[in-house]
Amino acid sequence: MKKVITGNHAVAIGAKLCRAEVVPAYPITPQTLIIEHIADFVNDGEMDAKFLTMESEHSVMSAAAAASAAGARVFTATSSQGLAFMYEMLYATAPLRLPVVMVNANRTLTSPPGIWCEYNDSMGVRDSGWLQVYVEDNQEALDMVIQSYRIAEDKRVLLPIMPCLDGFVLTHTVEPVEVPQQEDVDSFLPPYTPDITLDPARPAMIGTFMPAEYIMEMRRQTVEAVESAKKVIGEINNEFAKSFGRDYGGLIDTYRMEDAEAALITIGTVTSTSREVVDELRREGKKVGLVKLRFFRPFPCEELKKVLSNVNAVGVVDRSISYHGGGPAFNEVCSALYGMSMPVVNHLAGIGGRDVTEKQIKTMFEITLKAARGEKVKEINWHNTRGETV
Amino acid sequence: MKLKDLPDDNLFTAGHTACPGCGVAMSIRNAIRILGKDTVVYVPASCAVVFGATFPYGAWKVPFFHTAFENTGACLSGMQAAFEKKGKHATAVGFAGDGGTYDIGLQSMSGAAERNDDVIYICLDNEAYMNTGIQRSGGTPFGAWTTTTPVGTKIQGNRRFKKNLGDIVVAHDIPYYATLSVGHPLDFIRKVEKAKSIKGFRFLHMFTPCIPGWKMDPAKTVEVTKLAVESGMWTLYEVENGEKKITHKPAKMKRVKDYLMMQGRFRHMSPEDIKALQMWVCKKWNLHYKEKGAPEVCEIELPEEHHAVTEEHREMHGP
Repeated sequence: MKKVITGNHAVAIGAKLCRAEVVPAYPITPQTLIIEHIADFVNDGEMDAKFLTMESEHSVMSAAAAASAAGARVFTATSSQGLAFMYEMLYATAPLRLPVVMVNANRTLTSPPGIWCEYNDSMGVRDSGWLQVYVEDNQEALDMVIQSYRIAEDKRVLLPIMPCLDGFVLTHTVEPVEVPQQEDVDSFLPPYTPDITLDPARPAMIGTFMPAEYIMEMRRQTVEAVESAKKVIGEINNEFAKSFGRDYGGLIDTYRMEDAEAALITIGTVTSTSREVVDELRREGKKVGLVKLRFFRPFPCEELKKVLSNVNAVGVVDRSISYHGGGPAFNEVCSALYGMSMPVVNHLAGIGGRDVTEKQIKTMFEITLKAARGEKVKEINWHNTRGETV
Repeated sequence: MKLKDLPDDNLFTAGHTACPGCGVAMSIRNAIRILGKDTVVYVPASCAVVFGATFPYGAWKVPFFHTAFENTGACLSGMQAAFEKKGKHATAVGFAGDGGTYDIGLQSMSGAAERNDDVIYICLDNEAYMNTGIQRSGGTPFGAWTTTTPVGTKIQGNRRFKKNLGDIVVAHDIPYYATLSVGHPLDFIRKVEKAKSIKGFRFLHMFTPCIPGWKMDPAKTVEVTKLAVESGMWTLYEVENGEKKITHKPAKMKRVKDYLMMQGRFRHMSPEDIKALQMWVCKKWNLHYKEKGAPEVCEIELPEEHHAVTEEHREMHGP
């Protein structure tokens, strides 16, 4: 059934369709509508979940971890300051292999205070062991909640996962969304059946103090789980495409990359605008293509290497800054492409929620094309800022 | 349940690495015997994690969970919600210290209490951050030496009186709050049993001497606890649905000084500080025990001489 709904509404419907059993919640803009919708579902008897109104995000993630350890399928959502407040508990959750699904509505992390889209909240926790996927529209937001449970609960993975959607651009914007049928979701996503839980019938100790003799192995197991998620993500993407008719490409998605000389790597909603620009530039005879970076963890190193092997230059769009020059995506891409000869340039845009227009994206392509022709360009380019800009 | 009927299940087994005489280990062991095997415990960062759950050893024979320090209330709520949703017969029980309850975990505890989540919160109160090496908490009594309230030339010991956590917890309108001590086992058993039989948020506040933190003889855990109650430093009572009841009233008030002198953490206290603490205890005593119309009880003879800290004493017990 097609519904015209916001990203937040789509996400909440996703959680309901996945039959999340425990939902600890705390309000924060721009995520709040997600938990409000879920509260409505629960109080109207449409969703059979324990809805817990916690007193902080730290307690949300604590309750989420504990409920997951006790064997329940857990859903929650947060944003920005809330995610930062959870920081300690994010790092606690992943190595314990608790497959919590938490949507993050991307928002500027203070200071300065703001509420609009920026990735400095979720990208700051990239080393927590959580998987991260960034979506482009409300349909993908809903679909990735469903896929996230399959990925997280897969016995080869067993890690928490964070679907991220652009604050306001998606959370508060209505789009037509195909809402899957409950029975279709049920057959795609079986109930969560963990091997080890906090069960008096089979007592286990989860989260014991760990001396140096054992911690390294646990770290290694966690990173191996993140690695094996790559394969699982691909499998589940294909299975989802077969069941629901929507194929997102897995770790990355590409657009007109066949003979591209210059490629732009984008995340989230900027991707949609960039597709239009690619079409326009292609009409002008410019050989440009687009790579949509979907998963930030696991980071698709091999996939990027493969898809970019024939381009002459790569531009990376970042909606966040690492305070040492480039953005997090730029640094990750550089690291992934290490040893390859083409120049990689960084385009910083849309930080703090500023609009990223077609004009800016065109400029990004022009700079990247220049680099592809071997002309000298700046490595870090700030777009549409006061002061020195491109 | 009588003392002789206390099950010998040993759900918290021998072989844990707590100090001899540890009030926390004694309280955990006795409480879990009464709570039984359908219990799932959460233990926040504390000695109890280190001495009872250091991989690859574990003293717990019931399910155990640990993640962080300040989240006992929230973890209990999350666990219990999962048990209820899954139809699992289990009770979530938290064993948090005073730092984890009075201070860093207060907000999380308050949330679980205010929601009246169906869990048992146990605070093991040894009156300082002992796991990190004896630092002052909101539960540290007046005058006590800790490493963050040292006995200096200018300032000696903790300058604030112990926070009244009981009133804070009770103000949440919860079904059951009780104070317990390892020195009063019959009272202890009755209160744990009662907590087990009630629905909703239950809070058991246990007074648990710490041998290195209090700088005391490990053989005297029970004796110190009894003296704490007899002097008025600790009061045994319960509040059930707002109704307060004293469960053990000492026949006669003992001097706080007698309690203080058993512990190295207090031995530096000046006569003025002892007097100030005695006055605080008297006020507390009257608040708890004085019947309507009865005269205020504070006829305690104040200490005449100050036991100065000798070099020999410093060597044995620290400052």
